[in-house]
Amino acid sequence: MKKLLTIFLVFFKIGSFTFGGGYAMLPIIKRELVDNLGWIKENDIYNYYAIGQSTPGIIAVNTATMTGYSLCGVKGALAATSGFIMPSLIIITLIASFFKRFQQINLFQHAFAAIQVAVVALIIDIVIKMWQKSDKSKISLLIFLLAFLLLVIFDLSPVFVILGSAAAGISIQYYRGNLQSAYHNYHNQNQESDK
Amino acid sequence: MIYLILFLEFFKVGLFALGGGLAALPFLQDLIAKYGWMTAAELLNMIAISESTPGAIGINTATFIGNNTAGITGGIIATAGLAAPSIIIITIIAHYFESFNQHPLVKSAFSGIRPAVAGLIGSAAFELARGGIFNLNNLQLNNNLLQFFDFKSLLLLIIIFAAIRKFKKHPIFYIMAAALIGIIFKF
Repeated sequence: MKKLLTIFLVFFKIGSFTFGGGYAMLPIIKRELVDNLGWIKENDIYNYYAIGQSTPGIIAVNTATMTGYSLCGVKGALAATSGFIMPSLIIITLIASFFKRFQQINLFQHAFAAIQVAVVALIIDIVIKMWQKSDKSKISLLIFLLAFLLLVIFDLSPVFVILGSAAAGISIQYYRGNLQSAYHNYHNQNQESDK
Repeated sequence: MIYLILFLEFFKVGLFALGGGLAALPFLQDLIAKYGWMTAAELLNMIAISESTPGAIGINTATFIGNNTAGITGGIIATAGLAAPSIIIITIIAHYFESFNQHPLVKSAFSGIRPAVAGLIGSAAFELARGGIFNLNNLQLNNNLLQFFDFKSLLLLIIIFAAIRKFKKHPIFYIMAAALIGIIFKF
């Protein structure tokens, strides 16, 4: 119960400070769940985000549900998602009551313009950290650059980028012979655990 | 009855909108035209506010439209409808992912996906910077490199980035600090 409450509160915090798309939540998720609580491995978060990107629905909600589930099953998924959504519900309901007045306040626009810059800086920092956590191989760098350019120049859907890179990952490991030996180990382990 | 319509319509948006919050925009435009809940201009205003307030853009917009149409309960129900497909689909995927994430095929797929996700996130930063920090249109219009960058934003980017690398404070700290700077220096 205490864990569920913590999950709810952490995602409430994340929902309160996620400005823009789902990627903006990553720096805060990493700080809270990897650095502070140590509940999740850094690479797992990026995996969950990849899944969240390539399945239907709001990316941030998908990522929250996926992370919550990995922490505490279905209850964890619900705690994380409702925590993430709650600040939106509160803030937007308040704004909707004062809609006309809110439009006239430039304060929010000035604040938001600068927040966007901060989010860009935070994301660049996350990308650097992802690189430091990776195997730092030439092939990873190639996939990174290819994904970046396809998205920026050709406006390709993230779904295709993720499916394509999954196929690339499988082909590379197969070509190197890693896949075959990994299969071998995986089956041996399963047989042992069956006994 | 209006509650049921709100829930089902937003459930559909959640089910079919693949990608970022703005991917839902065409769906929402159809939706408000179909029921006459508001004008297209009102919708754009709401999206602008949803973008500049905390939370996912899609969730904020759903709360807004629901609230506008059927009060506070409407806002909650529209949001629940939008989030429901995610919760259902991801819970099913997560259930199988737990048992398959050690599988060699899944592991090698993710060895390719991870650098691509870095590219994905990098491109999101680039898109964000394209609006606020540098402007390709200005360059094409004036052929003047000085107008390519918004120097105030560029300077702030460099300062915040240096601070992040040096002090490693909580991300929320930098967001709050930027908000303050934005208000003081009228960004």
